[in-house]
Amino acid sequence: MNTLRKTAMLAMGTAAILALQVFAAAADDAPRSIAPYFTPAKASTKAPDADGFLQRWLLLEPINKPNRTNTVFVDSYIRAAFTTEYFPNQFTVIPHDGDKVKVGEQELAWHALDSANWNVKLFRFAYGLNKPIYGVLFWAVTVVNSPRDIPNARMAVGSNSASMWWLNGKEAVILSGDRRMVMDDCVSKRLTLSKGRNVIRGAVINGPGMSDFCVRFIDENGQPIKDLSMSLENAAK
Amino acid sequence: MKSRTLAAMGLLAAGAALLCFAQSRPAPALDGEPYIHDPSTVTYCEGKYYTYGTGGGGLISDDGWTWHTGATRPGGGVAPDVIRIGDRYLMSYARGGGGLGGGHASGVHTMWSKTLDPKSPNFGFTDDTIVASSDGVEDNDAIDPAFLLDPTTNRLWLSYGTYYGFIRLVELDPKTGKRVAGNQAVNIAIDMEATAMMYRDGWYYLLGTHGTCCDGANSTYNIRVARSRKVTGPYVDNMGIDALKGGGKLFVAASGRFVGPGHFGLLDLGDGVQKFSCHYEADLDRSGRSVLDIRPMMWQDGWPVAGDNFQAGTYEIESERKGYALELAVDFVRMDRGGRGGFGGFGAPAGPVTPLAAQELAQVSTNWPAGNVALRLGDFMARPHQKWTITPVANVGGYPGSPYFKIAIAGTDRTLTATADGDVVALPAFTSSPEQLWRIDQLTDGTYRIMPKSMAGSKEPMALTAVGASTPTLAKFDPKSDKARWMFKKP
Repeated sequence: MNTLRKTAMLAMGTAAILALQVFAAAADDAPRSIAPYFTPAKASTKAPDADGFLQRWLLLEPINKPNRTNTVFVDSYIRAAFTTEYFPNQFTVIPHDGDKVKVGEQELAWHALDSANWNVKLFRFAYGLNKPIYGVLFWAVTVVNSPRDIPNARMAVGSNSASMWWLNGKEAVILSGDRRMVMDDCVSKRLTLSKGRNVIRGAVINGPGMSDFCVRFIDENGQPIKDLSMSLENAAK
Repeated sequence: MKSRTLAAMGLLAAGAALLCFAQSRPAPALDGEPYIHDPSTVTYCEGKYYTYGTGGGGLISDDGWTWHTGATRPGGGVAPDVIRIGDRYLMSYARGGGGLGGGHASGVHTMWSKTLDPKSPNFGFTDDTIVASSDGVEDNDAIDPAFLLDPTTNRLWLSYGTYYGFIRLVELDPKTGKRVAGNQAVNIAIDMEATAMMYRDGWYYLLGTHGTCCDGANSTYNIRVARSRKVTGPYVDNMGIDALKGGGKLFVAASGRFVGPGHFGLLDLGDGVQKFSCHYEADLDRSGRSVLDIRPMMWQDGWPVAGDNFQAGTYEIESERKGYALELAVDFVRMDRGGRGGFGGFGAPAGPVTPLAAQELAQVSTNWPAGNVALRLGDFMARPHQKWTITPVANVGGYPGSPYFKIAIAGTDRTLTATADGDVVALPAFTSSPEQLWRIDQLTDGTYRIMPKSMAGSKEPMALTAVGASTPTLAKFDPKSDKARWMFKKP
């Protein structure tokens, strides 16, 4: 049972009867860092990992989007949440590391990062930067260079919780509901990765619990496409 | 949670008032007051079954079918597990974490007792010790412990964790219940909680719960499984996806009136009967509350498959030995062949195509003997003397996961009955005697074992057996033979 994960920040009967003894809370007071989960993206290009997962991303510090439960993430809710404009040029900008945007009262910075893992642990990104970790909406952007046109490719995504993803400005895949991150969880319809630059944009929303995502492209045989490279132009100012 | 071999069958004396359940109603998830969340592996101790849940309490059952509150343990906390090692019981539970109060700092505790019976003078747990912990920041939440005593090495393992990071595996000393000195935790999965492990035929299986708990009828809890050749992993699912990347083959999800199964526990009853315990987040027939259930478990292509407890209905009872059907030994009554005599019945009809009426009970039963009727096995012809109506019987106890059943020829009270000399016969009336109450267990290959609750002159459990291709009897169950395996088919 994990009440914080998912549904229940709802009041719970079991919570009331438990005499909890938290014995090691001091760890939460330690200085925070996004290491070892992330390192700053370098100017050089980066290939996907051995399974084709994209590990280089521009991540925007989390937008406050309070939700006490993830059960609200039905299709209509997340489609509205992900098509709302929170900051100018939200659906077209390729930001630089350190760029800032204003969302309501929040001033949020973009971070050009390489994930040390196959997935991108948004929870650790927010926690390490002393930002809100629950009730949040993340934006992520990356640029993938393809050596050739690759028809019949698919974008394969897993996210925690709901998310929506675009390729070159077109909606590719949406993941609704109170969802955990599983590799290849939701896969786009067939699409073409163009020779040269392809822009991937994603948004992930979460109430309570950990937030993360994983993205890769698979070919028409379901195999990962690995001869790609990522370069966040001018990402590291 | 761990495999347990349970020798005793927990047979009870019959109750006084008898009532057959309505056939149209789905089988309930156990009888009594089986209300629990995060149940520990069902454990047999001195004639009773025990399971413990979040909060400190637990349930007790005399037979595995009817459950009441009464099991107790110290420590409170969440999601315990129990394993019998030698002549003692090792209990584990967690305090802290689980997101309760917003925290993930937790400790997994273990403690011993000589018995689980709170009324026994030997009852009492030792001081507990912490065998694993999480600091609230790391990628782990040290709750939901589950034991595995590896039958190949006798090494004791404990898995724990939730969605908050990794499921981890540590090794304990089976003599002390403490962490093996120097042992380092191994990450074996993500996206799971309420894990359990088991071993079979060279594979280690990791079962865990995906989805959402604690939201009643809206909980999406479901149980998944991955397997590994090594206890420390990697555990992969049927698609080859590592549990560390969210892999997990579905084992059981919501069905019927039961929503959100979670917290798998293996109950190995021996002789090829394996069952599993779980809780449903919501039993829609019990005010949507969380309840315990016990269901059959089967195996297919090296993967565990959740079965359903036996459903009332009218069936052919088919022997796996020869494929013959259990029937009354009465005269075979020929059906009308559609106006054609002699050899044949081939080719298209000369006139319009018309259905032939099925043979009805009233057409044949008037010629059946009024008293006891012998039984035999024969070619199934969908005739009245071969169709058995099987009905659960209330207030006579049961066995793990199920009540006893009455088995009678459809439309009659001619009831399958065990005789004192170890055979079977159809008596003309149902008297609710133990010889007429039948235990139906699904075996791991999907077939069934059929046993009388008890029979005069025998203290040993007996099973319906095809001693000859056409001859039924009662005999000690042989798990290696098809003689005592049966299938229930819709006639």
